[in-house]
Amino acid sequence: MSTFTNIGAIVRKEWQHYFGSPIAYAALFTWNLLFSVFFQFALTYFLEASMSPQGGMGGAPKPNINEWIFRPTLMNMAVVALFVTPMLTMRLFAEEQRQGTWELLATSAITDWQIVLGKFLGAMSVYALMIATSLLNFAVVFFYADPRPEWKPVLTGAVALLLMGSCFISLGGFLSTLTKNQIVAGILSFCLFLAIWTLSWLDNPMSSEPVKALAYLGVTGHMEDMVKGVIDSKDVIFYISFIGFGLFLTQQSVESRRWRE
Amino acid sequence: MDGGPLLREGNRAHTFEKESSRMIEVADLRKSYGRFDAVSGVSFTVGKGEILGFLGPNGAGKTTTMRILTGYMPATSGRASVAGYDVFKSPLEAKRSVGYLPETPPVYPDLDVTSYLDFCARIKGVKPADRKSRIDRAIEKARLGEVRHKIIGRLSKGFRQRVGIAQAILADPPVLILDEPTSGLDPQQIIETRDLIKSLGGEHTVILSTHILPEVSMTCNRVVIISKGRVVAEDTPENLTARLSSKGAVRLEVRADTRDAFDALREVEGIVTVNPRGASSGNTVLELQAQDGMDIRAAAARAIIGANIDLLSLTQVSLSLEDVFLELTTKDSVAIPEIAPAEPPIFTPIARETEPVRAEPARPEPARMEAPPAPDQNDSPKENN
Repeated sequence: MSTFTNIGAIVRKEWQHYFGSPIAYAALFTWNLLFSVFFQFALTYFLEASMSPQGGMGGAPKPNINEWIFRPTLMNMAVVALFVTPMLTMRLFAEEQRQGTWELLATSAITDWQIVLGKFLGAMSVYALMIATSLLNFAVVFFYADPRPEWKPVLTGAVALLLMGSCFISLGGFLSTLTKNQIVAGILSFCLFLAIWTLSWLDNPMSSEPVKALAYLGVTGHMEDMVKGVIDSKDVIFYISFIGFGLFLTQQSVESRRWRE
Repeated sequence: MDGGPLLREGNRAHTFEKESSRMIEVADLRKSYGRFDAVSGVSFTVGKGEILGFLGPNGAGKTTTMRILTGYMPATSGRASVAGYDVFKSPLEAKRSVGYLPETPPVYPDLDVTSYLDFCARIKGVKPADRKSRIDRAIEKARLGEVRHKIIGRLSKGFRQRVGIAQAILADPPVLILDEPTSGLDPQQIIETRDLIKSLGGEHTVILSTHILPEVSMTCNRVVIISKGRVVAEDTPENLTARLSSKGAVRLEVRADTRDAFDALREVEGIVTVNPRGASSGNTVLELQAQDGMDIRAAAARAIIGANIDLLSLTQVSLSLEDVFLELTTKDSVAIPEIAPAEPPIFTPIARETEPVRAEPARPEPARMEAPPAPDQNDSPKENN
């Protein structure tokens, strides 16, 4: 019971920081702006494709809205998440350390795990809010399109985006524990996320086994099936273990800091 | 799970009974960083309701000891318990019993005072029903009423410090640990903060660290002086000063020049040294160091009057806590150091640099011919007028 109260208190406080400062607004603005830009491009391509009389050969199949609009937009946003999540995570622990407020948290009746989880959930919920608000763009399509596009792949795609971004958030939180300077934490996170993202590129049938194993760690690759509407348990398990590992590193780092100080 | 109010209070009361006299116990505490020992074997206890002053130069290990007591960092070895809870074995219970004000107040500059305290109340396990009243009480005690809805980042240092104090007393913990609670405050705020701390004693057990020594004599029941990671003295402020002021000094103000006053005092038994402490418009201030345990006031007064010098004032000077502190922390010895053993009374006038008078303290008895006054001043005192 007090576990949830404590985690809730941290989440609440993180929200007060996010929305008491420009961070949340900047993140929401950037995200929604880029989302609508990608959505606009995808919509234009789709309209051109559906207008064009031939579409390849004779009576080509009508372009599918899910495939032409929703899927590319969500996949593009995975890359945007890479830029935006460091904004959310860089100050999580670094700022507490710099302000001396870590001393308050560390001497209150709250465990390291509760702090780590609270901060992760605080950042993740802002990110979830970003995704939720941007999905309004798709609502327009649902309103006008005939026949109605499928909503299930949109949902699984959004969940995939959330899970993938949460991997970045858990790892970004860990990097934030390593320094007192949130800018350093932000830059470190961004570089690492970029490296992780490029891992997915290594994945091609010609690569050797170790390279394939490395490519498997690229978080964006695991989104593809879910964005198509296929939930593969191995992808979900991958994401959840990745997040768990990030949180574990964070907690270990926080705890070891007590011994180092 | 917090348990109901009755259960919780009951637990506490029980703990109090068991540990009626000892709220804080520290035994042989050590903290090493590699080869460097920040704290090396500190032990002390604090009884319920006591206010303990924690004194020491920078880097003596005060903050480290406090951080260990609050569960911020673990010790390398030794034991520490708060309100009966071992800070290593049951950290959460111990933390719940302690309100802690670190050296820099742990405040979030982007929150306003009330929402900051609300957050603190949540993580300190204050029950939702009590939250509002506890926050109001802390705001009232720390006199934050006028700024309660202001953003902390816009408050002055003094107010931030008070927000930190409000945070420490918020959950009404039995033990308060305050690391330099008055640093950075203006004199008015310092007085208010001291009064606040004094009012917290009795009900709460308080440890406070400070550099400001009068603060200790004003607020604390007991002092622990720590230097280089060790306790070098532990006593009441009065006893500590008394132990050194038994070698008490007497301060005299006379209307005469330094030389005359010296001569008048030469024969008084029990005076070890006479030090000029300043002279102005015909008045001289002298500080007489007496032999151990001797009261020289009456004899000195008689000698001065006898020499037909006007005695303007005579006061017993006890060594200030500053002197005690410097004595203890600048020497390596652990015991209270003795002032040089008294030999046969000799005058060693150690005047200030500006004083032209004394050249060499005459060791052999009658060899004091450098000065103009007659050597027979004792026989014919009246002639001076």
